[in-house]
Amino acid sequence: MRNIWIIAKRELAGYFATPLALIFIVIFLALTGAFTFFLGNFFARGQADLQAFFQFHPWLYLILIPAVAMRLWAEERKSGTIELLMTLPVTTTQAVLGKFFAAWAFCGIALSLTFPIWITVNILGEPDNGTIVAGYVGSFLMAGGLMSIGACMSAMTKNQVIAFIIAATVCFLFTMSGLEMVLNFFHAWAPPLIVDTVASLSFLVRFDAVTRGVIDMRDVLYFISLIAFFLFTNVIVVEVKKSA
Amino acid sequence: MSDMIVLENLTKRFGDLTAVDAVSMHVARGEVLGFLGPNGAGKSTTMKMICGYLTPTSGTARVQGHDVMTEPMAVKAAIGYLPEGAPTYGDMTVRAFLRFIARIRGFDGAEVDRRVDRVRELADLDEVIGRPVETLSKGFKRRVGLAQSILHDPEVLIMDEPTDGLDPNQKHQVRSLIKDMAHDKAIVISTHILEEVGAVCSRAVVIAHGKLLADGTPEDLLRRDAHHNAVVVRLAAAGADDLIAGLSALPQIAGVEQLTGDAANTQDGIVGFRARPKDGASIVVPVGEYLRGLGVTPEEMYVEHGHMDEVFRAITLGGETRAGTGA
Repeated sequence: MRNIWIIAKRELAGYFATPLALIFIVIFLALTGAFTFFLGNFFARGQADLQAFFQFHPWLYLILIPAVAMRLWAEERKSGTIELLMTLPVTTTQAVLGKFFAAWAFCGIALSLTFPIWITVNILGEPDNGTIVAGYVGSFLMAGGLMSIGACMSAMTKNQVIAFIIAATVCFLFTMSGLEMVLNFFHAWAPPLIVDTVASLSFLVRFDAVTRGVIDMRDVLYFISLIAFFLFTNVIVVEVKKSA
Repeated sequence: MSDMIVLENLTKRFGDLTAVDAVSMHVARGEVLGFLGPNGAGKSTTMKMICGYLTPTSGTARVQGHDVMTEPMAVKAAIGYLPEGAPTYGDMTVRAFLRFIARIRGFDGAEVDRRVDRVRELADLDEVIGRPVETLSKGFKRRVGLAQSILHDPEVLIMDEPTDGLDPNQKHQVRSLIKDMAHDKAIVISTHILEEVGAVCSRAVVIAHGKLLADGTPEDLLRRDAHHNAVVVRLAAAGADDLIAGLSALPQIAGVEQLTGDAANTQDGIVGFRARPKDGASIVVPVGEYLRGLGVTPEEMYVEHGHMDEVFRAITLGGETRAGTGA
């Protein structure tokens, strides 16, 4: 536990030691704002809720989360510090968890800085704050799921750009799998069971449910098991890569 | 147990390539072991296995009684390791980096600062302690890596090319530091700078193509050079041929050769020659007595100790150098 915390702290400080943190947060806030007001028609909808705000999160995360995740392992391998890290008295699992939690916490910080919109909607009307809390929880869980994919992909290469592209692609597939354009491809030939399975992998379907205020334990469990799966894979990838 | 590091048939294969081939050796407390070999010989791979970074294909390494295969965490906790190139987290300041290492090594509270202060002094990092590592010169980066490796005052220290890329003063400083620490630790350093072996190591092993080829004190290795204990004499050219013939006849002497080319370095009227001993024995006394007996006063006379480069070449290339021409 202690080692995970020490690694996470170092990693989080690493984000803020470079302009990356600032750029990420500014762009995230600017884009969430722009999307909410211009594409989401926050005012024109005339409703006191944050649907217009949350509905664009999956699309923002698709680009921004792989950008945060890409350095986690690729940079360690490129600079050789992975040899230092892995010869300190730290297990691979501790290192994987420490790095993941740091990156996830960083997303949490960015997400929490969107609080002005929550205040705004409360001034303008009387929203269901429970639904909004659920939306934030769902958004944070989804960020975690995408981050675990990104961290795992980052461990596969020394090259941050490759890590970014692969992570963005895998995240895209997971996000899109519930949309009709993907499901139609399966409808044509696959039995309903497979179509449902593919649809159930989708971030969008689950995230939509959560932002409407329904925190279903199955959805929470889905995100948590997804994170666990990719972190487990991450550990294996790190182990395999260092001995090759 | 005085053997701090034990390697038993340590082997690493990468596909078809056998990087380290059944290396066995012991390193005791108080020894500074120089790990020599050409690039790609398997030095770094061996060190990475001892430190628990790479898993051996077969065989094992034990550090202070802990087996790297079954107790990797105990081994990692016991060892101080300076990886090749001394990688450090560039975006951290030197202080933050060393504090991170201290914490991960299990120190808390005031002890963290005490440890960091100690290595800051040992590695002479005062002037850069607050600067980001990536802004430092190569020499300072290397010292930060060194400071990191000795932070927990380990009894086993493994350093992969600790002086690579340093200027002569910095090399001297790092070597003094290693020598100061040597008496109560087992230290392994890899290098391809051969002068380093004589300067800091109490023992040297030579590895090439993954195999252990030689193991002994630096003097043992030098003794393998045919020029070890050879005597070089320069004197007036007149009558030198007879003198050389006479010297060659001495029972202690294996052969005498006239120096030519650059090695000769003679002015007009002066010749130089080298008398090689049999079995590496000291021949300066018989040579001196012989010359005195003839009433000849040499311009110059000195004993050669052999060249580590030649020994290294002889061992790693498998023979065809002057070491093979002796006796």
